[in-house]
Amino acid sequence: MSDKPKEYGFETRSIHAGARPDATTGARNTPIYQTTSYVFDDVDHAADLFNLQTFGFIYSRITNPTVAVLEERIANLEGGRAGVCCASGHSAQFLAFFSLLEPGDRFLASKNLYGGSITQFGVSFKRLGWVVDFVDATDLDAVKAALKPEHKAIFIEPLANPGGIILDTQAIADIAHNVAIPLVVDNTMATPYLFRPFEHGADIITHSTTKFLGGHGTSMGGAIIESGKFDWKKSGKFPNLTEPDPAYHGLSFYETFGDFGFSMKTRCVGLRDFGPAMSPTNAFNTITGIETLHLRMDRHVANAQKVAEFLESHKAVSWVSYAGLKSSPYHDLAQKYMPKGPGSVFTFGVKGGFDAGVKVVEGVNLISHLANIGDTRSLVIHPASTTHRQLSVEQQMSCGAGPDVVRLSVGLENVDDIIRDLDDALA
Amino acid sequence: MIDLIYCDDWLRSILKDVHTIAMVGASPKWNRPSNFVMKYLQGKGFRIIPVNPGCVGQVILGEEVYGSLKDIPVPFQMVDIFRNSDAAGALSDEAISLKEEKGIEVVWMQLTVRHDEALARAETAGLKVVMDRCPKIEYGRLFGELSWAGINSGIISSKRLKV
Repeated sequence: MSDKPKEYGFETRSIHAGARPDATTGARNTPIYQTTSYVFDDVDHAADLFNLQTFGFIYSRITNPTVAVLEERIANLEGGRAGVCCASGHSAQFLAFFSLLEPGDRFLASKNLYGGSITQFGVSFKRLGWVVDFVDATDLDAVKAALKPEHKAIFIEPLANPGGIILDTQAIADIAHNVAIPLVVDNTMATPYLFRPFEHGADIITHSTTKFLGGHGTSMGGAIIESGKFDWKKSGKFPNLTEPDPAYHGLSFYETFGDFGFSMKTRCVGLRDFGPAMSPTNAFNTITGIETLHLRMDRHVANAQKVAEFLESHKAVSWVSYAGLKSSPYHDLAQKYMPKGPGSVFTFGVKGGFDAGVKVVEGVNLISHLANIGDTRSLVIHPASTTHRQLSVEQQMSCGAGPDVVRLSVGLENVDDIIRDLDDALA
Repeated sequence: MIDLIYCDDWLRSILKDVHTIAMVGASPKWNRPSNFVMKYLQGKGFRIIPVNPGCVGQVILGEEVYGSLKDIPVPFQMVDIFRNSDAAGALSDEAISLKEEKGIEVVWMQLTVRHDEALARAETAGLKVVMDRCPKIEYGRLFGELSWAGINSGIISSKRLKV
């Protein structure tokens, strides 16, 4: 009936997916469409657009041609069906759950998450009536035991921030699918170059594009990608997607848009009504970043491996949590899921606790002391005094951010320079 | 069930060669998917002839409604089935029987509609068959519009899109 579709490699798609020369001008690079709004042909055309009955642009809060290139680029690299970009990784998580949950609903989340996500889920989501239950997702029996009939999703970071822990994504996906709920995965730390969650059972992926995708520490952004494979009807748990929407003249998003219905709902209701749109300029910067994602990630993981090995042998360091090290309990899972390397963000413990941790982050000269990851520059932070300071010491310990913990995001500088800077700070 | 994979060039050639489409299950209600798929395809230059036994003689988006494929008095190259999978088999078989008389070349079953036995019969009869796809979505995907909503078109090309 038809020949096989052409397949292109990851590197080619990093550069080309979603971006064709401009139809009118032939501009080869993606133009920055710095515009808020778009003219209608006539009233009938406007009505069709507002009713979601034709494709096109209305207002850049909802869609923008530059942002659309980035959305398709990331969706393509993840092997997904569709993507929605937004202002930050946090807004991506918010919008994803807004499409999934009703007030009073619960979901299960790994306790090994970025500290900001633990606060977002545990404190701010609660005010909307969305209740999270945290679980140690490194223990599959614990996940099974914690899962209740009222849970509507499981959320994990397969490569967890602040560091070193790798989850058995496929096994957790199987647990979720046994009860017909989706596995939502944040893939910020690995990027689709190192790990593709849809190939291991995930149904929705979120990203902070601020990190490795953009890669240069210039532009905030988030993304929500759907696989297009999840059956939203089966469990009856997702009326927001399957039932008629009163705000769109009774349109059911799943019936009308099928395997990209979740994305359309997230865009045309969540993004429309709450408004955390990505700026076209940030989309442009992120598109440019992604074009070198494969080159940068190879160097990030190579540098991280060398830095981790150096730290493991250092007398002032009590432990290093990097899944690329043979000593890591997650080394085997890293080999299985991320054979190119388990990212470049990891933690280590300094002898001397809280004060020794502070001394490291204040003692570096080349490495930047700041609250971000995934930059060309090497970055360092002491989570207990910054990103995780809102948490109790018990919570800090529980998510790998205790008083002695230092987090590194190893950049693309000369690796000997990075090592020398750490050696000086540890002296 | 086997995944349905269709080559982009093949789908593109169908959408370029077809001019008139009989849409079975076309609804007169403006907010039903069949109605706005019809309107979208009309806007792209296709003539869509609605088939709906419950609305014979009515007019949908400027076109008279017929009760069955055989009642349509003009040639049409494609049958777009906006009915459930159970109904699709008989409709596909009817398209086979009318193939010469009406000039039918393609049987297209909408999103979620799939009938593998009917597919085999129609292909044996020399018809092209597409299942579980929407011609509006595929048109939008292949000619650039679907990408505007962040959907992965799967298309890689250094050629400028034609406006």
